[in-house]
Amino acid sequence: MEKSSGVTNTEESGLLLKDTELRLGLPGSESPEMEDHDQNVLSLKSFVSGAKRGFSDALDGGGKWVFSGGSGGGSEGLFSPRRGGNNNGGNDLSGPDSGLGGPVLKDGVAPKPLVVQEKKSQVAAGNGNTAPASKAQVVGWPPIRSFRKNTMASHPPKNDNDDDNAEAKFGSGCLYVKVSMDGAPYLRKVDLKIYGGYKELSSALEKMFSCFTIGQCGSHGVSSRDVLSESRLIDLLHGSEYVLTYEDKDGDWMLVGDVPWEMFTNCCKRLRIMKSTEAIGLAPRAMEKCKTRT
Amino acid sequence: MGSYSSELKRSKDSDESARRSSFPDEVLERVLSLLKSHRDRSSVSLVCKDWYNAERWSRTHVFIGNCYSVSPEIVARRFPRIRSVTLKGKPRFSDFNLVPENWGADIHAWLVVFAAKYPFLEELRLKRMAISDESLEFLAISFPNFKALSLLSCDGFSTNGLAAIATHCKNLTELDIQENGIDDKGGSWLSCFPESFTSLEVLNFANLTSDINFDALEKLVGRCKSMRVLKLNRSVSLEQLQRLLVSAPQLAELGTGSFSQELTIHEYEDLESTLSNCKNMHTLSGLWDAKGIYLPALYPACSHLTFLNLSYAALQSVELAKLLAHCPRLKRLWVLDTVEDKGLEAVGLNCPLLEELRVFPADPFDDEIVHGVTEAGFVAVSFGCPRLHYVLYFCRQMTNAAVATIVQNCPDFTHFRLCIMNPGQPDYLTNEPMDEAFGAVVKTCTKLQRLSVSGLLTDLTFEYIGRYAKNLETLSVAFAGRSDWGMQCVLGGCPKLRKLEIRDCPFGNAALLSGLEKYESMRSLWMSACNVTMNGCRLLAREMPRLNVEVMKEDGSDDSQADKVYVYRSIAGPRRDAPPSVLTL
Repeated sequence: MEKSSGVTNTEESGLLLKDTELRLGLPGSESPEMEDHDQNVLSLKSFVSGAKRGFSDALDGGGKWVFSGGSGGGSEGLFSPRRGGNNNGGNDLSGPDSGLGGPVLKDGVAPKPLVVQEKKSQVAAGNGNTAPASKAQVVGWPPIRSFRKNTMASHPPKNDNDDDNAEAKFGSGCLYVKVSMDGAPYLRKVDLKIYGGYKELSSALEKMFSCFTIGQCGSHGVSSRDVLSESRLIDLLHGSEYVLTYEDKDGDWMLVGDVPWEMFTNCCKRLRIMKSTEAIGLAPRAMEKCKTRT
Repeated sequence: MGSYSSELKRSKDSDESARRSSFPDEVLERVLSLLKSHRDRSSVSLVCKDWYNAERWSRTHVFIGNCYSVSPEIVARRFPRIRSVTLKGKPRFSDFNLVPENWGADIHAWLVVFAAKYPFLEELRLKRMAISDESLEFLAISFPNFKALSLLSCDGFSTNGLAAIATHCKNLTELDIQENGIDDKGGSWLSCFPESFTSLEVLNFANLTSDINFDALEKLVGRCKSMRVLKLNRSVSLEQLQRLLVSAPQLAELGTGSFSQELTIHEYEDLESTLSNCKNMHTLSGLWDAKGIYLPALYPACSHLTFLNLSYAALQSVELAKLLAHCPRLKRLWVLDTVEDKGLEAVGLNCPLLEELRVFPADPFDDEIVHGVTEAGFVAVSFGCPRLHYVLYFCRQMTNAAVATIVQNCPDFTHFRLCIMNPGQPDYLTNEPMDEAFGAVVKTCTKLQRLSVSGLLTDLTFEYIGRYAKNLETLSVAFAGRSDWGMQCVLGGCPKLRKLEIRDCPFGNAALLSGLEKYESMRSLWMSACNVTMNGCRLLAREMPRLNVEVMKEDGSDDSQADKVYVYRSIAGPRRDAPPSVLTL
């Protein structure tokens, strides 16, 4: 799998659709990024603590901490503060209890190290397209008052999505799952509940990720978009050497389209547009699983 | 005023000295008592000694923007007839946990002086102060005429303190508790209002998390016929809301509780009809966990809404669009970025009178989230809402071109607070710094009073600010600038600057010291995680004795670095209540 964090903003700009909100997630293998992170965290640390030369070095030197593409794929994650997630259960939060080393949580608590490295609790097995394993956290940034932070943390808005559980809070009417595509530098999230079936999902995903398939599918003569079949996305992506797969509750990767839509939305945790070369061997398992379920 | 003018003429004729004030004191005081603005009053007090005295005797409300700039004794000595006090304490960055615990700003010393000098005190409004339960009880007992208590972003107290207020303040009209670090021990404090108590007009406890005693609340609302502002907390259900509204249709401002209970058709219809009876409602907030399907119940109540606060309701774009279609008079709107750009397009289409927009991030700390708003949403609002003058906008991407368009559409910005959440992020299309964006803001928006900058910024941004932002009073800077020159431009250029707060910027001693002359005309300066040293701060303190220079040290940091610096003018001298982590130089 290629590491694509080298995509710069200027390269992206031609591909970005104006009305789609795209974020840089960090795809690909962990170890090189881990090293980057460590280095970047060091420069961040000295930068944030105001050391005289650390800042200008970080700024003029590698430029690693800024969002400037190049090797910046890793650096963007640095400044994105991570909240404690599961740790922010209540209002009365204290630094030592959070396991984060202190910042951000209780009103008025003296911050401990300004930069805290936090390991993301899970990385889905075998899936390289999730966020990197560690992120740094900046105290008091973005500038949001504690009351709002604590309120949103203990009662997340309905489009929040844990890695563990892609199912929506009961009654909130949303079912967000992450969609990643091999080779793409960003993730997206889709709400499965707003689609009536596979064909709607496939056309939505096609719109979101078409910038990456346009180059590939032209030669296969897929030009007419009037007729949609249930597995159109799969056809399209097959033609362009990608398949759509999903991770189910058991952590297995299955081909999309094999099971009834309702069952799919109930058990889909994550979607991945995978290169078809990697998808060989999925289909039979999916069918077997389907049989054991029904 | 006819009889006054002939009186004036007589006293003018009898005047021997041309410089003596020609008004008798009583007349002057009468005239000055009509002045409400504290800035006007400050100007008046500088005219001459007679005017200074007339002003101080006629003043009934005092506003103190920094509680350490003056002492309670000095205030009491100058103003003998105060009935209302507004006090602000900690630096604003304490809201974001950048100020150490026990920093100060405790109200108690003030209350003790007020109890002696202003026994008829009626109103106390505090922002970012520390207040204990003992202080609240002391307040409740010491001032028999006490009417209004407002606590915003304060900490140090619990619901026990509120119970003391409810128990003792027989004439209370306002209890407004907002966004505080409050120790919520339960809702029984509401039952402390006596049966005979009927004067409450404003009740805001949206901040509290625990269940309240609903029975007590219902009775309280039922007997307080003048109630016009009621803001409930999340524990109040839809059904309970409906019951409350039945006895308070006169409400002008409503903050609902949780908006997501399962309702029967009958209950829904009751709610809808009760809400439609609220003909006076101009402000609506709360709507915690709002379920889209129940929002239509609000529609009839929205026709006169001028302020809609949806910042705790994670609405989607379609839900917002449908709601806004019923709010044509909206002037102020606060939303979460779950509404996305499409939701903001709906704002532009439905709210031509909009003056203020705040967009808060639903998931500020999760950068995997790809939702939220972009520059497109902001641009869409600017096309539809030419009267927009106050914006707070949290986003994950922005371009220079978009901001230029926005200010071209809305040149009347007074408050422009843009937070691109990833620090140091450039224009995502051109990869350039965001200098031109803020340049456009300060060049076009001549009335700009408050500016918060973000994104990748060089010193050029600050050159622009210093050169063009002639009305700027408050500037917030984070992760920006290249050298001392940036800060020097601001200090050298903005004549009306009062508050400057800076974090994580490469500004050092040269920049700090370039403002030597300026800091006495400002309320305060905050610099944290910059390149300022202890020696620089000591020099500043030595040169400017009427400034308090305080340094907050962090554990384990270099001894010579001044991690956090807070500089403010004061006529009360250095403070004596600083905790050990705060060094006064």
